[in-house]
Amino acid sequence: MTDVAFKDQMNEAGELLTADGVPLKQKLAITTRRARMRALLLTAPLIIFLVVSFVIPIGQMLFRSVYNAAGSNVLPNFAVSIQDWDEQGLPTEQMFEDFVKDMQLARKNRITGKTVGNLATRVNYEIPGTRSLFTKSSRKLSKVTEGPYKEALIKIDKKWNDPGLWIALKRVTKDITPYFYLAALDYKYDEKGDIVAADELYQIYVSNFWKTLRLSATITFITILLAYPVSYLLSTLPLRTSNMLMILVLLPFWTSLLVRTTAWIAILQTEGMANDILVFIGIIGDDNRVQMIYNQTGTIIAMVHILLPFMILPLFSVMKTIPPSYMRAARSMGATPFTAFRRIYLPQTLPGLAAGTLLVFILAIGFYITPALVGGEDGLLISNLIAYHIQKSLNWSLGAALGTILLIIVLVLYWLYNKLVGIDKLSFG
Amino acid sequence: MKITKFLASTVLGAGLLLGAAVANAGEITVVSWGGAYTKSQVEAYHKPWIAKTGNSIKSEDYSGGTAEIKAQVEAGNVTWDLVDLELSDAVRACDEGLLETIDASTLPPAPDGTPATEDFLPGTLHDCAVANIVWSTIFAYDKSKIANGPTTMADFFDLKKFPGKRGMRKGPKPNLEFALIADGVPAADVYKVLATPEGVDRAFAKLSTIKDSVIWWEAGAQPPQLLADGEVIMTTAYNGRIFNAVANEDKPFEIVWDGQILDLDLWAIPKGSKNKELAMDFLRFSTATEQLAKQASYISYGPARKSSGPLVGKFNGKDIDMGPQMPTAPANLKNAVQNDFEFWADNQDQLNERFNAWLAK
Amino acid sequence: MSGNQNNGSADGSQNDAYVSFQRVQKSYDGEILVVKDLNLDIAQGEFITMLGPSGSGKTTCLMMLAGFEPATNGEIFIGGRSINHIPPHKRGIGMVFQNYALFPHMSIGENLAFPLEVRKMNKADAEKQVKRALDMVQMGDFINRRPAQLSGGQQQRIALSRALVFEPELVLMDEPLGALDKQLREHMQYEIKHIHENLGVTVVYVTHDQSEALTMSDRIAVFNDGVIQQLSSPDDLYERPQNAFVAQFIGENNKLSGTVTKINGDTCTVKLDDGGVLEADKVNVSAVGDRTLLSLRPERVEIDPTSDMDDILDAKIEELIYLGDHIRVRMNVAGNDEFIAKVRNRGEKRDLKKGQTIKVGWSSSDCKALDA
Repeated sequence: MTDVAFKDQMNEAGELLTADGVPLKQKLAITTRRARMRALLLTAPLIIFLVVSFVIPIGQMLFRSVYNAAGSNVLPNFAVSIQDWDEQGLPTEQMFEDFVKDMQLARKNRITGKTVGNLATRVNYEIPGTRSLFTKSSRKLSKVTEGPYKEALIKIDKKWNDPGLWIALKRVTKDITPYFYLAALDYKYDEKGDIVAADELYQIYVSNFWKTLRLSATITFITILLAYPVSYLLSTLPLRTSNMLMILVLLPFWTSLLVRTTAWIAILQTEGMANDILVFIGIIGDDNRVQMIYNQTGTIIAMVHILLPFMILPLFSVMKTIPPSYMRAARSMGATPFTAFRRIYLPQTLPGLAAGTLLVFILAIGFYITPALVGGEDGLLISNLIAYHIQKSLNWSLGAALGTILLIIVLVLYWLYNKLVGIDKLSFG
Repeated sequence: MKITKFLASTVLGAGLLLGAAVANAGEITVVSWGGAYTKSQVEAYHKPWIAKTGNSIKSEDYSGGTAEIKAQVEAGNVTWDLVDLELSDAVRACDEGLLETIDASTLPPAPDGTPATEDFLPGTLHDCAVANIVWSTIFAYDKSKIANGPTTMADFFDLKKFPGKRGMRKGPKPNLEFALIADGVPAADVYKVLATPEGVDRAFAKLSTIKDSVIWWEAGAQPPQLLADGEVIMTTAYNGRIFNAVANEDKPFEIVWDGQILDLDLWAIPKGSKNKELAMDFLRFSTATEQLAKQASYISYGPARKSSGPLVGKFNGKDIDMGPQMPTAPANLKNAVQNDFEFWADNQDQLNERFNAWLAK
Repeated sequence: MSGNQNNGSADGSQNDAYVSFQRVQKSYDGEILVVKDLNLDIAQGEFITMLGPSGSGKTTCLMMLAGFEPATNGEIFIGGRSINHIPPHKRGIGMVFQNYALFPHMSIGENLAFPLEVRKMNKADAEKQVKRALDMVQMGDFINRRPAQLSGGQQQRIALSRALVFEPELVLMDEPLGALDKQLREHMQYEIKHIHENLGVTVVYVTHDQSEALTMSDRIAVFNDGVIQQLSSPDDLYERPQNAFVAQFIGENNKLSGTVTKINGDTCTVKLDDGGVLEADKVNVSAVGDRTLLSLRPERVEIDPTSDMDDILDAKIEELIYLGDHIRVRMNVAGNDEFIAKVRNRGEKRDLKKGQTIKVGWSSSDCKALDA
């Protein structure tokens, strides 16, 4: 006989107990701990990988965009004393002495990252054209052994008599600086140290951010127009045919990005295939070949091609799950084909459409290699400017500031998107 | 060139396979600009040095700038031992402590005993770098397509006289100089004018007159290709690249020397190179009078030593006199500008921004 | 209703059939006809079921009627009007799908309002009608839910009321109960039947479940191989199958094969392959010497028959299965060891044992001589 009269056991605190008298919650925690440990162990490699390859670099980028110690590294004593200066007239003799001695020491030690050149580069960001003032003066300063240092310095070059220069020096000897964000948003410091808009001739970043957003939106829109019908066709075809066509869609994935972009150059250039065909069939004359590459058109064409699969795949995977009976049901209820599409089919493909849009847009916003190769002068995106500062001008802090702003834009867009569409509704297939 | 890299590494691989026979032999990594230029260095410098010392060379290509050097030095993991740098980059990298200092007095003297410090052309020896060649940016056109070709820098900017696309290096340097020369500024005054805000405005204004017809290039190998493809009817280019296309590929290109901008390429050793001594040995070997002269027989860049000049003969394997092909040939120097590295060190960042803003307009 | 197989008439729209298939053929690939020369008239208010195994062409017929598949040949009429060239949304046919096809992004109310909305009905009227349709299936409280929040049975009801909400005269149902469990399915069968009776709409119902067809239909068209095998009322179909396929497909069925030795009017004498001789109802044999398959319902088999039974054979019990209300006796009769008899459980002690040899018998009118 089994005892059917089982009664819940409780302790004084009202907690449910097991048959052994241990609180049920405690027992459950013990039995699930192993499973949790195992889950943690399984994900540990990925977490470590993400921290090392993703979290730390992004942290470094954020850090570098506001931190630049070139000033205080080269002028450690001056960096401290100049902070007491009231920015009226010129700094005191003591400050000049610190400056000269720091410069002399930096020149003598020549420690990587702490040279006069590093300081000169840093100051030159804020006051263009001062680089050689520092490098030249530092060579001549080796002969200055005693005060007054102010006169000695001004004798070497009378530009040292300019208070604006010293205001800038006071600024750059602070390690945390908003300068690179100002520069990334087309602002600068003026002579007096106030923040003003950069000269219009030198404004490039804000307009480029806008251009990047505009171009990405255009590209996303075109991929939607191209991908939607194709995905629909793919999802309605028999499996074997759709697999075949899917391979064609995925084929670009198996070719190097560089090869594909170069192929577009071969096709679109003035003497390329597309123009040859247009000339051959007589649409344009040989002298009026169309400029289709090395401009925004080229960037858009090549990027649409490259990003198309990222739109087709989520769309296809969502469309495949929509049985034809939905459209049939709508038709049987009296909806015209268009109404049925708009009211029934389209809303159900929204998760795929939204995922594809997000994917393509965010990829486009950060695209680098294709615009670099086919963008010409007006098809360059913000990532090309970032790459320029990382690789060419070596203004890593400005590159980091631009990168951080790009990251913020993406996060804001993502947030907006989440508000509008709901990320939980996305289906990436 | 990937091929040279491949060959060099095969040679290296074979050497390793032969085992520890050459136990003391070292290897240095020499980085240069690739293409015909690296090839001329491999022929004139690398091969004789390898034959003489038994060491090996890993040849790598890069596209200029000091980004890689900066990254390597700051990470404390320097894998490049010797780099072929442009003057302004060499000076700036030296200022920032990214390069080893080089004592010019240890360089080999000329065959007649003249010390190196006197034998090198003025301005070719620096604290951290030793020049090997003088090169220039010129402009060139396809003479099979233009009958009475352009002869002056002003022609390059004259769309009425010579309609068609132009190729130019993407960046303010040396396009601003070209623009001023085309606008009538004498070669000697170019940097004086450019140092004033009005001068910069004037240069950009001149550039604006042809902006819509310009295709911008970035790598040295691009302009001969743009010309060959017919994408442009004339293009600025490094003179050696055009020469190479003419001499080796029989292209009907013609160089216009008017308004050429002379510049230097220099050897420099990144700070913290693991093979500093060996790299220094190679540097001394390659900047000797004979080697510099030999390089000039493979590519039309002028040797940085006075004593090399008379030794430059004919182009390798062909009946082309190299003398007149040099940027430093007297006929070519008539209206030439010497690149002012200091001006560019001071103004590069700012003018780049302005150039980029101008481009995007 | 007659059991006449050739119920369809080819002379078309003059007759008073509400829906009429005339010489309809359908092929998808140009090589195989999935529907072969279909002629079928459906009267107004009738509940007709297309019953058959999968691939028999029944669903294709429904899709042609709904307008989702064009007929390759022939014409379909509704109310005397050829609909071959009328697009689905202008046919005014309500439809219930196997997977319900409730629009997942709309609430129940929106789902039901959809057909009214596309008909541009004003909001207030539409609301009233939606409420009425929901009340009809006792789902009025669910108007604001989403389809995913409902159980299968509830979704089924919604699908049904959505197909009826715009008051179509013809409703098509494509295996609407296929996804439900047995109990719910049976319940829904009655419910659909009652709605049909109350509204008087014409229903064309497709299923492969014969008991469903028997429960609900006025008439059943049994499909096989693209052809209607028999079109009759449920009882006719069960009692008087016209051929071996129908007999086998509808209900349980014992088979004995033999040869016709004599024909006496409506009955015939059949010699079984193992030598026994039986009297049978002549249904689908025409001449002496024809091979025939005798069909016999298990519940018509008597164990220990009285001697006045027409047909009496020896049987050896192979298996006994206790099923509560009856006992299934599997035995070997005339060489067929799948011969089943259903013995009603009357509570009296029955002394049946496995391996026992007994007599079985039946009335010759229950034994149908069909095509072999």
